[in-house]
Amino acid sequence: MLGKTANGLFWMSRYLERAENTARLIETGQRIALTRLGDSDEEWASVLKSAGVHAAFCAANEAVTKDAALNWMLRSRDNPSSVRSTIEDARRNARLVRTAITGEVWEAINATYMATDEMFARKVAERDLPGVLRRIRQHTALVRGMVHGTMMRNAIHDFLRIGTFLERADCTARIVDVKYYVLLPSVSAVGSPIDNVHWESILRAVSANGGFRMEYGPGGGPREIAHFLILDRCMPRSLAFCAGKLEENLRHLNAGNRGRVQSLRKVNDLQSRYLAHDVAAIFEYGLHEFIQDVLAHLAGLAHQIETDFRFYE
Amino acid sequence: MTASGTFDEMWGTDGTLRAPYHRFHAWLGAEDRARLRAKQRDAEDLFRLTGITFNVYGKSEAEERLIPFDIIPRIIPGHEWARLCRGIEQRVRAINAFLHDIYHKQEIVKAGRIPEAMISRNDAFLPHMIGVEPPGGVYTHVVGVDLVCTGPGEFFVLEDNARTPSGVSYMLENRETMLQMFPELFSQNRVCPVQRYPADLRRSLAAAAPPGLDGEAVVAVLTPGIYNSAYFEHAFLADQMGVELVEGHDLRVVDGRVAMRTTGGYKPIDVLYRRVDDEFLDPLNFNPDSALGVPGIMDVYRAGRVTIANAPGTGIADDKAIYSYMPEIVEFYTGERPLLQNVQTWRCSEPGALAYVLDNLGELVVKEVHGSGGYGMLIGPTATKKDLAAFRRKLRARPGNYIAQPTLSLSTVPVFSRAGLAPRHVDLRPFVLVSPGNVHVTPGGLTRVALRKGSLVVNSSQGGGTKDTWVLED
Repeated sequence: MLGKTANGLFWMSRYLERAENTARLIETGQRIALTRLGDSDEEWASVLKSAGVHAAFCAANEAVTKDAALNWMLRSRDNPSSVRSTIEDARRNARLVRTAITGEVWEAINATYMATDEMFARKVAERDLPGVLRRIRQHTALVRGMVHGTMMRNAIHDFLRIGTFLERADCTARIVDVKYYVLLPSVSAVGSPIDNVHWESILRAVSANGGFRMEYGPGGGPREIAHFLILDRCMPRSLAFCAGKLEENLRHLNAGNRGRVQSLRKVNDLQSRYLAHDVAAIFEYGLHEFIQDVLAHLAGLAHQIETDFRFYE
Repeated sequence: MTASGTFDEMWGTDGTLRAPYHRFHAWLGAEDRARLRAKQRDAEDLFRLTGITFNVYGKSEAEERLIPFDIIPRIIPGHEWARLCRGIEQRVRAINAFLHDIYHKQEIVKAGRIPEAMISRNDAFLPHMIGVEPPGGVYTHVVGVDLVCTGPGEFFVLEDNARTPSGVSYMLENRETMLQMFPELFSQNRVCPVQRYPADLRRSLAAAAPPGLDGEAVVAVLTPGIYNSAYFEHAFLADQMGVELVEGHDLRVVDGRVAMRTTGGYKPIDVLYRRVDDEFLDPLNFNPDSALGVPGIMDVYRAGRVTIANAPGTGIADDKAIYSYMPEIVEFYTGERPLLQNVQTWRCSEPGALAYVLDNLGELVVKEVHGSGGYGMLIGPTATKKDLAAFRRKLRARPGNYIAQPTLSLSTVPVFSRAGLAPRHVDLRPFVLVSPGNVHVTPGGLTRVALRKGSLVVNSSQGGGTKDTWVLED
């Protein structure tokens, strides 16, 4: 496979994952804003931080308001991580690797682009927001389904998966990073109503509300939530789960590359140093410091993947 | 019905339904107009979803447009096609012999059949190719011959596209769309398949690989990138052939061979089907500013270690001034009379011809010698006084830059319009594959149609559309 193609596949799936995650963060933010328990503008600031676009937003906007935040994250072309920008970039990468993906996958991505192009031609009105977010989720799910149902399980598929899980791990880590203070045990043993709202919002932001309830019933608190998001091996957006998938796909690629893939070592390192302990050890180390370390590690891993597979020169 | 004198391929010149359209016409008569309109819209949605678009030069980078597709097929009877094919094969063999000759002994010049200046002073003549033997002796691996029809089985060659002809993806996708829209038509009519083209292309390219191959030939398609107007086609062909689609920055010369950067290191390429123009191919040998090509590829080529398809320097064969010599070229190299007709052409570089053209400008079509895509041409009968005056000035200033031809009475084929069927002018571009010792014409081609009433300009960049082209088995 061409290095350029691996690069295009990696970014195509990264951008799609990012679009979906941003849509989910917006949905969560809107829900919290509507419960009126917390400071709504505060909540939008934290959503912008979770999406990793807060600094750029503040440079381009005067104050954090709901309308401005929504517009920035959904349809601003000045924000390279807006849903619109990421879907356009996903499609650009898909065109670049058109020969590596199936016609079905290409058409699903092109349809996603055509739908967002139409939805974002104008500002999204509040009453249309739920429908717009639903369509984004449906479209990205269709792409994922087409990848699952029509793509060969070879190196092409590995690069798609690596892009997906690296982006997903990054997003989950950022959500924990932004909200770590509400997960600290010292805050309260039994959650206040406002704590409960924050906890729920964290779980919703990773689509894990139902899964968490199944696992812990009504009794789960911050410690369980932290465990669920970081260490649970069955939760498809947890750091441990994502790292496991990264390891699996890099191992396939390593087998095809005569064992010279450095990034495999890096992901093993991430697993053994950060994801092999229990949640008590993480709190002892400091949740905030822990997450900062993991984010730095993920960035290093992405860079190593670029180098290993000759994405550029 | 048709304008007087114009040949309509469905209704002839006298309004009698022609034989190849009998079955189609019966089907059409039983179809509901509203259902057809819905199908026409479905076809467009299908094109948009599959992304069969072209980028428009000079527009914003993101702008992609659909080429309008018309659901009424253009039908050619088998016996007319067979005759046409013989003519095309003869012409394409002659073109390859001509290219070999002018880059070697130039016997046609020595024999006085073509003036020496036509070659040596021609911008499309590539001195780097003098004495170079292309692998397998093939210069034009892919040719698109532009034809127009003026009566039953009467075809004229308008242009020989011997550089990097495009449009074949439309031939294939138009058929694919028709098969999905109207499967019943293909049960009722015996239409020759075109779907083998990508496999034929790969085989044909591989057969022209450099000698001493170790295993199967590695073929790749070289594209200028996603913003090129024909990017869709480049990706489509690479995908359909099952080969890599590369850009200049994916390639470099490694150990005397052209190699592509893969995730496991550099891998050599045997045949490069390039969709990049000559001048951008090699910044070391041609345009030093080109970021689209591969530094040093011409040296590898001259050493016979890679096949470039089409070979560099083939542009001289589709040059519009050389075109006027095609009857001589065909006779000189094949020893036969040309089977395909050339359109009468006045070379404005010749004073007598220039005088004639200036006197009769209102009845002629004037084209730039190196122009393409329907840009920079004058159609006398429809031009304004101002246009005519402007062209007179241009002709006097640079006569060698122009040729002129009579305005042909192009055939029409009906299109499906709001008001029902309406005749519109068409041309035809069949696609020809050349491998060592073999010339193959795919039965079908790209039919372009001028969608405006009376218009003769079929180019997609100028508002033309396309149709599925059927060759019937007799």
